Amino acid sequence: MLNPSDLAAIWLTLKLATVTTVLLLLIGTPIAWWLARTRSWWKGPVGAVVALPIVLPPTVIGFYLLLLMGPQGVVGRFTEWAGVGLLPFTFWGLVVASVFYSMPFVVQPIQNAFEALGERPLEAAATLRAAPLDAFFSVALPLARPGFITATILGFAHTVGEFGVVLMIGGNIPDKTRVVSVLIYDHVEALEYGQAHWLAGGMLVFSFLVLLTLYTLTGRKAR
Amino acid sequence: MRLLLLALLCVTTLARADELPVAVAANFAAPAKQLAADFEKETGHKLILIFGATGKFYAQIRNGAPFEVLLAADDETPARLEQDGAAVAGTRFTYATGRLVLWSGRPGLVDAKGEVLKKGGFAHLAIANPRLAPYGAAAVEALTALKLLAAVQARLVQAENIAQTHQFVATGNAELGFVALSQVIKDGKVAEGSAWVVPANLHQPIRQDAVLLDKGRGKPAPEAWLNYLKGDKAKAIIKSFGYEI
Repeated sequence: MLNPSDLAAIWLTLKLATVTTVLLLLIGTPIAWWLARTRSWWKGPVGAVVALPIVLPPTVIGFYLLLLMGPQGVVGRFTEWAGVGLLPFTFWGLVVASVFYSMPFVVQPIQNAFEALGERPLEAAATLRAAPLDAFFSVALPLARPGFITATILGFAHTVGEFGVVLMIGGNIPDKTRVVSVLIYDHVEALEYGQAHWLAGGMLVFSFLVLLTLYTLTGRKAR
Repeated sequence: MRLLLLALLCVTTLARADELPVAVAANFAAPAKQLAADFEKETGHKLILIFGATGKFYAQIRNGAPFEVLLAADDETPARLEQDGAAVAGTRFTYATGRLVLWSGRPGLVDAKGEVLKKGGFAHLAIANPRLAPYGAAAVEALTALKLLAAVQARLVQAENIAQTHQFVATGNAELGFVALSQVIKDGKVAEGSAWVVPANLHQPIRQDAVLLDKGRGKPAPEAWLNYLKGDKAKAIIKSFGYEI
């Protein structure tokens, strides 16, 4: 059965995924909006950077984050200067890494939803004298809701399933950085296959349910 | 005539030269490469070295991995494989004994007696996961013997294996950590930063055992390789990488 350290890891994982998803919706929405509407030359490079985590192995991301956030790294120097210390081996370090790592899974669905809107609803809002910000909140956001649902579910689920990056910068500290995926790896490596099955099986069921919900919701919207 | 002899020699060498897959503990990668090159030159057998974590090798070997010899990072895994019938009984031996070292990338941080552990002045002390890695278990034993485990517990960060522990320290994210002497030694000395070689009586010896696996049973190449590892030449190479025998 699940022991207290397993439960602590599950709680930590859910906390990490929730914080990451909320932050990603706040940061990702303006990026998605900009990417969907800009004609700037920067669209290509910014879009590519956002999509990088889809292509790169997590160990590459983890390794570079470890260097960047370390005492000699640019980010590490900044966080030390800002008085928050170094990020590796901390919960907030994992949050920063997860925000980067799960970014494409949040930005891309929202961007697609915004692109699908086209110009017309916003032009209509403008003729009704809605200010751009008002038009964004009362027209664009509600119309893009399916994109936001997909983004939220994928961002959350992808953070729950994150492994390589956490392994590289986490340090396996109980209640701070020891998330479920790392604990499963530990159990398997320590040949505690029974313990591993409880968590790994739970993860499998969870992932299936998440995707089932997603496809049921978006499928209904399409009809 | 001489040409004929040479040709004959080549043919016989080729005939003997079958490929031998060897699973090697990641901490032993560097010496294994040098040993393999020397062995290949001597015997004409061809080695294929596969580096990885010993726990993972165990799972792979139990599930039919084609390795013929295992050079493990501990002495438990070869024993367990023998019990399981996946290794040939009576072929186990210790090919190297690891030395633990408290190491920092910063010169002067770690003193010659390891007093830094008592004095403090560091935020993170990296160790390998003691449940998985023999060097991690040895580090915890040493800290326990020094009665310092409770004092440093909150500052411990765990890596999954000794290679990652080294990475935590080398990148400066942990100021210091317990790593393998073989990782930081170069030409018989600790090459960079500062270090304290932990006295061997503070922890159980880190015995790394080799064993002939079931897939290599009765074949000449794996047997030759194991015999080579027991020889003086091999021992000298292993020692030069910071291990004891």
